[in-house]
Amino acid sequence: MTRIHVTVDGVAYSDEVEPRTLLVHYLRQSLGKTGTVVGCDTSNCGACTVHLDGVSVKSCNVLAVQADGHEVTTIEGLAEDGQLHPVQQAFHECHALQCGYCTPGMIMQACDVLKDNPDPTEAEIREGLEGNLCRCTGYHNIVKAVQQAAGQMRSASSGSGETADATEAAEVSA
Amino acid sequence: MTITEDAPTAGPEIGKARRRKEDQRLITGRTRWTDNITLPGMLHLAMVRSPFAHATITAIATDEAKASPGVIAVLTGRDLADGQGVVANAWPITTDQVTPTHLPVAVDRVACAGEIVAIVAARSAAEARDAAELVDVDYDELPAVLDLKEAVKDEVLAHPDLGTNTSAVWTLDSAAQGSGTDVEDEIAKAREDGIVLEREFRQQRLIPAFMEPRSTVCDPTGEQMTVWTSTQVPHILRFLVAATTGMPESKIRIIAPDVGGGFGGKLQTTPEEFATIAVARRLGKPCKYTETRSESLLSGHHGRDQWQKLTLSARKDGTVTGLKVELLADLGAYVGVVGGGVPVLGAWMFNSIYKFAAYHFTVRTLLTNKTWVDAYRGAGRPEATFAVERMMDELAAELGRDPLEVREQNWIRHEEFPFTTVAGMTYDSGNYEAATARAKELFGYDALRAEQQRRREAHDPVQLGIGVSTFTEMCGLAPSRILGALNYGAGGWESASIRMLATGKVEVLTGTSPHGQGHETAWSQIVADRLGVPFEDVEVLHGDSQISSKGMDTYGSRSLVVGAEAVVRAADRVIDKARPIAAHLLEASVDDIEFTAGRFGVKGTDKGITMAEVALATWTGHNLPDGVEPSIDADATFDPDNFSFPHGTHLCAVEVDTETGKTTMRSYVCVDDVGTIINPLIVEGQVHGGVVQGIAQALWEGAEFDEQGTLVTGSFVDYTLPTSADTISLVTDHTVSPSTYTALGTKGVGEAGAIASTPAVVNAIVDAVRHLGVSDITMPCTPERVWKAIQVGSAGATEGERGAAAHFDDGAPNQDSPQPSDTTEGGAQ
Repeated sequence: MTRIHVTVDGVAYSDEVEPRTLLVHYLRQSLGKTGTVVGCDTSNCGACTVHLDGVSVKSCNVLAVQADGHEVTTIEGLAEDGQLHPVQQAFHECHALQCGYCTPGMIMQACDVLKDNPDPTEAEIREGLEGNLCRCTGYHNIVKAVQQAAGQMRSASSGSGETADATEAAEVSA
Repeated sequence: MTITEDAPTAGPEIGKARRRKEDQRLITGRTRWTDNITLPGMLHLAMVRSPFAHATITAIATDEAKASPGVIAVLTGRDLADGQGVVANAWPITTDQVTPTHLPVAVDRVACAGEIVAIVAARSAAEARDAAELVDVDYDELPAVLDLKEAVKDEVLAHPDLGTNTSAVWTLDSAAQGSGTDVEDEIAKAREDGIVLEREFRQQRLIPAFMEPRSTVCDPTGEQMTVWTSTQVPHILRFLVAATTGMPESKIRIIAPDVGGGFGGKLQTTPEEFATIAVARRLGKPCKYTETRSESLLSGHHGRDQWQKLTLSARKDGTVTGLKVELLADLGAYVGVVGGGVPVLGAWMFNSIYKFAAYHFTVRTLLTNKTWVDAYRGAGRPEATFAVERMMDELAAELGRDPLEVREQNWIRHEEFPFTTVAGMTYDSGNYEAATARAKELFGYDALRAEQQRRREAHDPVQLGIGVSTFTEMCGLAPSRILGALNYGAGGWESASIRMLATGKVEVLTGTSPHGQGHETAWSQIVADRLGVPFEDVEVLHGDSQISSKGMDTYGSRSLVVGAEAVVRAADRVIDKARPIAAHLLEASVDDIEFTAGRFGVKGTDKGITMAEVALATWTGHNLPDGVEPSIDADATFDPDNFSFPHGTHLCAVEVDTETGKTTMRSYVCVDDVGTIINPLIVEGQVHGGVVQGIAQALWEGAEFDEQGTLVTGSFVDYTLPTSADTISLVTDHTVSPSTYTALGTKGVGEAGAIASTPAVVNAIVDAVRHLGVSDITMPCTPERVWKAIQVGSAGATEGERGAAAHFDDGAPNQDSPQPSDTTEGGAQ
């Protein structure tokens, strides 16, 4: 067993873990962060996507010990003070989810795409989400949601005059 | 008592693009997937599965596994033999159907790779999985039958004790049942003086591939056993657990919590569910089993997998006269809960929207040593639609005419509804002309045809293809009497209850079991309109046999068409029960009470009382009419009289690079007519998802086994679901021909997209390269297959060997391409 110190959704944890424990299993089983889910065993589906120090990772592809000393944001830490993140809101508005199983990973990845590229084309959105599988929506409304969120986040950040986009803001405060 | 003059009006909810009630939890991670459930003292299970397609189990050594850290028990099939139940088939399609016994955990013999032979129960999932590796199973391998056409020969038997691989032969014949003429006569006539087209198509094997892997938690510690499971069919599971284990049904509570997709893949009652229940009961401890994705792809049931022989006869002017369908359908190793019924569901759909005079359908269902096959989105109807829509394109090509024009010549015109088809179904309503006209307009059909012509003439290496699919399907499974006549083991009704709470809130209990379809939202809209209460005040409860105790669950595009009809009837009963109470409170005659927009009013006056006020008055019970019970709650069970028949026109444009075989989708337009639309946002979402699953069958997906019967597409690395980068945005629109059989006029939409899109895409690809001598390409139409078809077609064309020659005799998979030996057809042999 190895001791790790990790901050998840703004809370500091210190735990003994088996060195082989995947980050996703640590989140789900040790911390009860069941919002992050497992969809495959080959890191293809992206359902387990979280942010590690603000960058999206597939948490089935990261060992818990690799998160030692780092900060993790999951879907459960994305909304602030009961305010949905613009990407969460856009997924709701655009009906970008049906069963909702891929949704946490898809939202976390969409945030990452928009952080890198606040004004993506449809093709750039589609490429950016390529590592996250959805079986329900055919991706049509997911792409629309990301476009809508991008627009809202751009106008919000230009309106407030702040340089950090909403994604970053959410992560910093988390 | 207050008499309100200004009753609240909710306004019409039906037709509104309400955002879903379900979303808030799902977008914030506040979810209740089965795998999220943890109970005190819960054990974790891991399955030991057969690596062989067919083998006798000679010994299982469990000592080492039992000694592994954290392991509580290792149980084999023999340990569980009594009381593990049976994975049942509910639809023996013939009275003499051959149905192998399907034990959840194999005892003596395994009939496909992935069958469970032992179970490890341990303190953690990781310890269980570690120990499962230590279970040592000795097998004697048996010959396996893996190819559908080989299976027909009965040379190698999937189940030697049964003496045959044929499970059943099921026939529908228009002459025999009096719904049309004799197909052989029509074909003979056409051979003399008409057109006869003979084609054989492969419906490759697919995997439903819902995103949430299946999971089951069983808590046997209470008086009533509670099972949470990732299922579409909690009520059917409850019945079958009781029926096959001997447990009293009243001692079983099944809960389908949040369920992450199904597409038919979770309408099964699974070996894993039965095994988890058996181990939990044996150990007296809560147990959880969650499959890995590899286990899911290998052992969850697969879909499709047919060989389809079609013979179409037509007059020289293009009028179709006869359609003969001969199917071989692979059931895999066992007959699933619906099993052989899946191809039978296609029996009424091959004739589709066309006015054939004669029709014959035969399916032979066959057992092989591969993963079992059951319903996958559309279940029988995509297979039928694919075949007939491919044939209509072939007919158009034979005639040298536009495929839409030939279809229109043969389809049922809107003024001809209701129309009884050659297969014997009565279609309620539809307007194929309107949907097609709208689709052509949105698609820019004529302009694309002109561009196609230009690119042909310019010998552009990238050719444009236009694909058509004018589909119909049957939804709303199903009238119980018809199911009874078809030998199905259950009814097709659906149940609903409405509880009027004292505070004016409304609880709706539905027997449907949604897993992404948005029933909570749509049912709320329906009830809000019916009872005149705010949308927000309606709570829809489902998926727990202790809450919604009666139901037939969710599959076959039945929930809205059957389930919501029960909700409507329950709501009407609430109004009926409330009416005399309202009259009493208003001191008026019942005859003078009218109910509009949630308010009981007295005719000719401004006196009135809201539904919520009646609910409160009923709850207090202080002032009710004599002899009236203090409840306005109501139940209803609805059994439909007929199926409903949505339809639509899907048009697809693809660009095919003739030098590489690569297909790129350029545009996809679909105009569906699903009857009355409750929530356009949800309907559109269902169409999008279905269309992409159908496109995936055409282009990317196929479950492939090697010659040992090992699934080689056993992970998402090899079973290639479409990604966002593979797909394009779709153009959707609707025409509305309300169903005449349902109170709401709805027809069902869950499967439409998947049924319609596959032939549109394949027709488009073939259309792009038909001038190069290609008339078919086996699905999935990979670049390799397209390229090879072009090579063979071009060679054939220059040698003058092509033509309409029948190909049935030589057993070749398709007329255009003798398959190279290193390529398996349909991705499944």
